[in-house]
Amino acid sequence: MKKLLSVLLALTLATTLFACGQKQATNTTAENTPAATDAPQVFKVGGIGPITGGAAVYGQAVQNGIKIAIDEINANGGFNGYQVEYHFADDEHDAEKAVNAYNSLKDWGMQLLIGTTTSSPCLAVADKTSADNMFQITPSGSAVDCTANPNVFRMCFSDPDQGIASAQYIDSHNLAKKVGIIYDASDVYSTGIYEKFVQEAAGKNFEVVAEEQFTADSKTDFTTQLTKLKGADADLVFLPFYYSEAALVLNQAKQMGYAPTFFGCDGMDGILTLENFDKSLAEGLMLLTPFSADATDDLTVNFVGEYQKRHGEIPNQFAADSYDCAYALKLAIEKANVTPASSVSDICNAVKSAMTSITLKGLTGDSISWKSNGEPNKTPKAVVIKDGAYALAN
Amino acid sequence: MDYFKLKRQKKARYNLSIYLMIIIAYAIVMILSSQGKISSLLNGLLVPFCTYSILAVSLNLVVGISGELSLGHAGFMCVGAFTSAVFTRYMKFLGVEGLYLFIIAILIGAVTAGFAGLLIGIPVLRLKGDYLAIVTLAFGEIIKNIANAIYLGFDENGAHFSLKNTMALGLSDKGFVVIKGAQGITGTPHYSSFTAGVILLIIVVTIILNLVNSRTGRNIKALRDNLIAAESVGISATKYKLIAFTIASSMAGVAGVLYAHNLTTLTALPKNFGYNMSITILVFVVLGGMGRIRGSIIAAVILTLLPEMLRGLSDFRMLIYSIVLIVVMIFTSAPAMKQYMEVLKNRFPVIKNLKASVLKKMSKEGE
Repeated sequence: MKKLLSVLLALTLATTLFACGQKQATNTTAENTPAATDAPQVFKVGGIGPITGGAAVYGQAVQNGIKIAIDEINANGGFNGYQVEYHFADDEHDAEKAVNAYNSLKDWGMQLLIGTTTSSPCLAVADKTSADNMFQITPSGSAVDCTANPNVFRMCFSDPDQGIASAQYIDSHNLAKKVGIIYDASDVYSTGIYEKFVQEAAGKNFEVVAEEQFTADSKTDFTTQLTKLKGADADLVFLPFYYSEAALVLNQAKQMGYAPTFFGCDGMDGILTLENFDKSLAEGLMLLTPFSADATDDLTVNFVGEYQKRHGEIPNQFAADSYDCAYALKLAIEKANVTPASSVSDICNAVKSAMTSITLKGLTGDSISWKSNGEPNKTPKAVVIKDGAYALAN
Repeated sequence: MDYFKLKRQKKARYNLSIYLMIIIAYAIVMILSSQGKISSLLNGLLVPFCTYSILAVSLNLVVGISGELSLGHAGFMCVGAFTSAVFTRYMKFLGVEGLYLFIIAILIGAVTAGFAGLLIGIPVLRLKGDYLAIVTLAFGEIIKNIANAIYLGFDENGAHFSLKNTMALGLSDKGFVVIKGAQGITGTPHYSSFTAGVILLIIVVTIILNLVNSRTGRNIKALRDNLIAAESVGISATKYKLIAFTIASSMAGVAGVLYAHNLTTLTALPKNFGYNMSITILVFVVLGGMGRIRGSIIAAVILTLLPEMLRGLSDFRMLIYSIVLIVVMIFTSAPAMKQYMEVLKNRFPVIKNLKASVLKKMSKEGE
């Protein structure tokens, strides 16, 4: 009986493996046969991000942002005259799952990748795209090493750039004498900005008087950190983390009667759309962000309107970055004049060199260009919240 | 006499079937991949299959064979992953790369995770049942949070360590930061392969099977089945439980090494080294059957494969996955289902006859 069972199990295992292999085999033939007769007529663009789990908000924004852009692009003739097919895979904000997602997209026939949404999975996937020489542009993978490989470009600012830009902005606008910082020590994004900010702050006209941290496990009560900052007389508090925690910080600061200037980065964008958030708390909050949903230019108004119509909420910066990614791909593909018939590697090489010579007018910048190391060249806008809305700070 | 011999042979056949299963699966994959008939998704899953199989088999030693509920297994995986990755990353920084480093890394991972298991096991194994489960859970989380807080760098003056930030390391210009706190380790060399994973799995299975069928293993099982009776004949509860716990931790460390060298980035998230992962491993063990090595491996492979196979369902993927899990758990453990399987067996006399004939043959051989 045992023997029979083991043979059966081995057989089942074998058939599963065969089934997978077979599926792939039919897939490739299905793709190869038309390729032999006539070239494929569509570009296949993949996206990766967390659409389940704790970081799902970001992945969903990216998924929706790309979808809106691709639909618009398809309605206007596609990439270089070819329609675009788009498929999004879930990575659960996990490096291993992201690699699985990448492999499943590869089986689907992906030629270009917009992803991944979060930094740590992005690093793992960038290693694989580099081995396959597939073009990758990440909307929001902000860790420095994400773009270490020549085939990977980025739409958002890198973490150090944000830290440096924030320190310089506070310095050049004489915003403060004493700066206090609260950061999330368990978050890559937050620690990345924090470290560069402190390094850049040396020799500036302000002094960092307190550096307080919290972790993902203790992100509801900030009174200890705020008391220390208040005790150190910080007149500006730098908050390099996401808006959901920042809302609590603002609320608790108000309760203890502490009213310094609060200064955030692009993760702060979205605070005004937070449910049940008292907008008066954010009065005077400054943030550096490449995108503001309240901007009045046509592009932003159209995008925000379309996003609200489809998903019933105001898009955040992740959605805007990923929307811009799709348009950057369109520009680069048209510049390089590649067709879907080329191999993945050829597309990558052509698009890679075209990326450095395009200038995109997008949601997150009026003229975004790229350096060959994959970093975008765009200026962050400093906005200040006045009467419950963004206003450009000067 | 005959009975014991038969039992021994049965055991030998069971053990053999595990190795056969692994080798057959390995051979099939190798043949398919040499013909390029294997999908990228499956190809990418081969190393995780081995990692999770090792984890499931090793946790089975604690939960199934030693009978202690541990919810912190992923913590030991974390120890193995981080210590070995620090070593290989530092070697890469020095410009040394090679597969022999991977073997050293495996040893480092196994030893450090085993040591962590020993340290934690000494106080923790004095507890029983729910208390033990909660304390192991806490230790697993502590390990994950420590890994998140460490900053470690090297320069010409040696190693620098801090719990604050990279600036506090005080590295010279030539310095190099290996662990950047929450950002973890990036750029770990890619040493893991399916072949290495299968070899490690076979070694782990061999160690466990030998242990289980040894005097030590019988003592461990005796403690599980009746603690008072076992202690009354002079079996030291602490010693044997600690042996099982330490060996299992050390194997989890090996799985961590395999995991760390399969991806270029290593961060301690709840998803990979936290509570979630410990529970996932426990699910493999429970679904595969307590104390069943072969079942653990099959469950680990199937449950790793399942969410990937369900990708076609997009948004409903994790929902369907959980439903499948619940259904499988209920069906495999329901008494009615077991009864039905018995009826099924009786209805197909071929199976019954086969069993009878095999038993007959074996008893003849025994004579």
